[in-house]
Amino acid sequence: MITPFDSSRRTFLKVSALAGGGLILGLRLGRSEEAAAQPAAFEPNAWITVYPDGAVSLVCPRNEMGQDVYTSLIMLLAEELAVDPRQIKVEEAAVNPVYLNRLMGAQITGGSTSIRDAWDPLRQAGATARNMLVNAAAAQWSVPAAECRAENGQVIHGSNTLPYAALADAAARQPLPKDVALKQASEFSVIGKPLPRLDGAGKARGQAVFGIDVKQPGMVYAALAQCPVLGGKVASFDTGAAQKRAGVRKVVDIGEGVAVIADHYWEAHSALADIKIQWDEGPAAHLDTNAIYATLERSKDKPGTIIKQAGDATAALAKSKQIKARYTSQMLAHVALEPLNCLALVSANGVDVWASTQYPQGAQAAAAQAAGVEPEQVLIHAQLIGGGFGRRLDVDFIRQAVAIAKAVPGTPVKLIWTREDDVTHDFPRPPSLHLLHAALEGGRVAAFTHKMISPSVTARMFPSAVKDGNDYFMIEGVIDFTYDIPNLDMRTVIQEIGIPVGYWRSVSNALNAFAIESFVDELAHAAHRDPVEFRLAMLDKQPRQRAVLERAAKDAGFKARAHKGRAFGVASMQCYDTHIAMVAELSGKAKKVRLEKLTIAVDCGIAVHPDQVIAQLQGGVVTGLINALRSKVTIKGGRIQQSNFDTFPIPRMPQVPPIEIALIPSTEKPGGMGEAGVPLVAPAIANALFALTGKRIRALPLEDAGISFE
Amino acid sequence: MSELRLNGKTITVDASPDTPVLWVLRDHLGMTGTKFGCGKALCRACTVHLDGEATFSCLLPLSAATGHEITTIEGLSGRVAEAVQAAWDNIQVPQCGYCQSGQVMAAAALLTQNAKPSDADIDQAMQGNLCRCGTYQRIRLAIHYAAKQLEASA
Repeated sequence: MITPFDSSRRTFLKVSALAGGGLILGLRLGRSEEAAAQPAAFEPNAWITVYPDGAVSLVCPRNEMGQDVYTSLIMLLAEELAVDPRQIKVEEAAVNPVYLNRLMGAQITGGSTSIRDAWDPLRQAGATARNMLVNAAAAQWSVPAAECRAENGQVIHGSNTLPYAALADAAARQPLPKDVALKQASEFSVIGKPLPRLDGAGKARGQAVFGIDVKQPGMVYAALAQCPVLGGKVASFDTGAAQKRAGVRKVVDIGEGVAVIADHYWEAHSALADIKIQWDEGPAAHLDTNAIYATLERSKDKPGTIIKQAGDATAALAKSKQIKARYTSQMLAHVALEPLNCLALVSANGVDVWASTQYPQGAQAAAAQAAGVEPEQVLIHAQLIGGGFGRRLDVDFIRQAVAIAKAVPGTPVKLIWTREDDVTHDFPRPPSLHLLHAALEGGRVAAFTHKMISPSVTARMFPSAVKDGNDYFMIEGVIDFTYDIPNLDMRTVIQEIGIPVGYWRSVSNALNAFAIESFVDELAHAAHRDPVEFRLAMLDKQPRQRAVLERAAKDAGFKARAHKGRAFGVASMQCYDTHIAMVAELSGKAKKVRLEKLTIAVDCGIAVHPDQVIAQLQGGVVTGLINALRSKVTIKGGRIQQSNFDTFPIPRMPQVPPIEIALIPSTEKPGGMGEAGVPLVAPAIANALFALTGKRIRALPLEDAGISFE
Repeated sequence: MSELRLNGKTITVDASPDTPVLWVLRDHLGMTGTKFGCGKALCRACTVHLDGEATFSCLLPLSAATGHEITTIEGLSGRVAEAVQAAWDNIQVPQCGYCQSGQVMAAAALLTQNAKPSDADIDQAMQGNLCRCGTYQRIRLAIHYAAKQLEASA
């Protein structure tokens, strides 16, 4: 249903913006109409509605892209509200400051922050609502509230029970409690317990609606031709026979490309072939991969930004024999399986956007700019995401869909990219160059320096967040460096490369972990020490990190030396407030190897939804294999040379080894789990390759060194 | 107008004969359970059954589908299908879920032809279906689980 954009919606946004993160009545968009029909709904805050008919709806403030927020965030609310999460309806959040991700400073789903950000406020939201329902019941029974308890959607006192439905009206008139006590971990009945994913059954039956599946009355389709050179624009074009084709409604020049609008997608897609476009290729037209790495190389002597320092690394290195290494990582495409798409409706009332996006707030701003309206005139209807991996933090496809839809006001237009569009117009994962130096003394690391040189995604997307050359997302994998080394110097250098780059699942953790954990392995071998023992000796002050490293090594049966054609490699790090260690086991010979197994131990604090923590690690490993083995984006003449899953291969079922995972029980606050499985795959495998073959590979992907993985 | 046998019914579709069945399903018929992933038969998100065989629909023109029985995820039914979907629930396979229609279609076709597939059989039958989230380990487990349940109830 398209609901007309009315002034009351605008008011909501303004009111809630003023109210900040507090509790707001009638906050959600469209709520005023629903509230009018059902005046007695209990809506204590922006996440919870208890309807008088017994229905409970909870708002998921983050976007579901497989990482389980749709279930795990609802578990936080349900735990304290004392309702069965399987009995509630989940709503996607509208764009509103109350849903701001405090760890990201915007309404954004990324950075493995969803649970960490929501852990306190969502439980408090649930507890506040429960408290008011209990107070309403106590008042009705004329008993002290302290004698009542809430359980499974009802309030209980002795043999008396009242369902929440019967209390909705009275609870809505209760004063907001000031301080509410949250449950102790020992009292949890939802958090940490088994629960089927709330979105799981529909996904196994083709019933889940992703952005690409959304329908609106009168909807038409668009296909878009974009300049093959990144950043290029339309110079001129000839529509040829396109406009005469069956179903074609309009050919639209949106500057960054030419779109065909047609009744059906295939008609729009086919008609593009008739259009001859002259491109203004722009400044990237002469760029290629070698030039990009040469650009990074030229910045290697820049001082950069100091991220972490201890002692005097320069002096310590000068005293001893230095060990040096140079590591590089490749550019990568995101290839989320749901191709980028967006349904947009531009009308006199404003703009409606239905899209799979990780960044609804950015989508709203981009749509507003493209339509020439104010952000509060744009409604973002966030949909289930068929894979994000960071690509859907960018909103280019949303801007394009709105620009196209603007040409046919009143008609909803769904823009669908092809897979080729997706790969050739990706914002690739940044390439990186890492320079490392270390000195050993008595079998221990006396000094360690690391300089990472890479373009900055943040400088493009959130320029005001980059201060004094420091991109917060480039220091990932360094800022939480776990090893106790007396002389340390860790720096980053932002060096742009002439094409825009994007956040890719686990962002700089993957880049820095490959360099650092491979180099630590080099140091262990230089010191003639077991790589596990060598690391443990630097983790005296890191009991949680020690525990996961010891556990992974034990579970894997780690051995420092290759034996009977089998070898192990280990890697360990802290990221997203999670501690993780991984062991790769390889078999085979110098040129042809087989990945036998990956063994993981993880301590992510309290695991809110343990089965899905495991799922994120299993999936994270597969993303880690994309990084490690053979996939890469290369540039020639400003064009991304890969275009589909033939030229940008991702792992298929037979290529994924058994993955064994140990989850360490913990009572610490939850850490992030959406990305933690990714970064250690490459260094663990590279370290195992060294143990197996004696060859140290310092560039990703590993197969570029002439090795093939079965 | 073209005639199509779809999920046990004969229907007529007003689409040009070169239109891939994938887009006939999604746009012309509004059946969005079958997914577009690559358009080149490289990811098999668009898997349907053509006369009972798992096949891609993104490169299958409407004209070539005429005279064949097409089954989509919306029409998937029967003992094997139910066992597969119950196994998907039990093992908690889906993450983002976008590929899962195709995975379920491929798994149901496999188990219909091979009641007790080995790991190698599963690799062979499922290697065409990409899962970007990496649910492969659970897909394998779920196929074995479904096979066991089917055997037990036979």
